[in-house]
Amino acid sequence: MSKIIVVTSGKGGVGKTTTSASIATGLAQRGFKTCVIDFDVGLRNLDLIMGCERRVVYDLVNLVNQEASLQQTLIKDKRVDNLYILPASQTRDKDALTIEGVARVIHKLKQNEFDYIICDSPAGIEKGAKMALYFADEAIITTNPEVSSVRDSDRILGILQSESRRAKMDEEPVKEHLLITRYNPNRVQEGQMLSVDDIVDLLAIPLLGIIPESQAVLEASNAGKPVILDDESNAGQAYNDAIARLLGEERPHRFMEAQKKGFLKRLFG
Amino acid sequence: MGLLSLFRSKSSSASLAKERLQLVIAHERTNRGSPSYLPMMKQDIVSVIRKYVEIDEDEVQVSMESDENCELLELNITLPQFGAGGTEDNGDIKG
Ligand SMILES: Nc1ncnc2c1ncn2[C@@H]1O[C@H](COP(=O)(O)OP(=O)(O)OP(=O)(O)O)[C@@H](O)[C@H]1O
Ligand SMILES: [Mg+2]
Repeated sequence: MSKIIVVTSGKGGVGKTTTSASIATGLAQRGFKTCVIDFDVGLRNLDLIMGCERRVVYDLVNLVNQEASLQQTLIKDKRVDNLYILPASQTRDKDALTIEGVARVIHKLKQNEFDYIICDSPAGIEKGAKMALYFADEAIITTNPEVSSVRDSDRILGILQSESRRAKMDEEPVKEHLLITRYNPNRVQEGQMLSVDDIVDLLAIPLLGIIPESQAVLEASNAGKPVILDDESNAGQAYNDAIARLLGEERPHRFMEAQKKGFLKRLFG
Repeated sequence: MGLLSLFRSKSSSASLAKERLQLVIAHERTNRGSPSYLPMMKQDIVSVIRKYVEIDEDEVQVSMESDENCELLELNITLPQFGAGGTEDNGDIKG
């Protein structure tokens, strides 16, 4: 049975695409047949982060409109076995997607025995975001330690609880996971930024992981290589921990402590 | 902690952020469950009242709250003053 996981946030630019790429890659590395779908129709970006932008021929909208087959549309990752990318259309808008159309795509993926389907949601709470979360079994709520991101995450939780397929069918609710990204422990320690505890208190959902603010993320996207493949980096390791927890393992949270500063910095804060 | 941060007040900007978020999220969560017919019902209530008195739409507030075993519809209607110099009639109808 395929498990469908949406990576969502409400707010834009918090790290959904970065997260979708790394979570999908990490699951495939562990042997699960995984497909990551870019739902950001009109603003395709997952292909760049996954490094397959030059191999896109057909896209999600072609597939929804039955203009191409699943085999023609899926891009097989060159680095990791079991990993497939389903790119968004760049020329259409989000109205090109319908629940029935997306349902057909999901059904085909299930027939092809995918273990995990990761849905990279667009920002906002409009049609595109609702389409991305509709079929979800689980949701990774991507949140930055910042007021508007936390509020928008709460908004999107409300939508998951009322407008997802599981909510509408009165099934067991979508399982929610909090992923705090771009976390900067130094600024938390100085009281300039909401802490992990603050955010967990406010949103009251289980914590999947904390991804530190890291230069490695920018370098990874420059290279078109999901940051999880950079296992030297803090961010890569944090994504790895998050996947282990997603699969039920218990791991202590890391990267929450402020780095020791040099003498001059310590003196002048 | 650096020297400069010794002078920073302990009630940080992050704790202010948290307090503000607590209020706004609590408020938004109470409105979340309210049914989609609520705005239309409000329209109808306003037109019924208008048969008898002239009121503005924003003088009617409708909200829905629910606790464990019941849903509470709260109507708050401000009626205009009777005649000149009369006392303000503030009808609070709850049910
Ligand atoms: N942990 C991190 N450390 C540093 N930079 C990060 C981190 N996570 C994401 N970023 C950067 O933040 C920016 C936005 O990331 P990303 O595109 O993943 O967000 P998004 O939520 O998908 O955005 P959109 O809402 O536009 O789809 C990118 O420049 C990315 O490199
Ligand atoms: Mg994105």
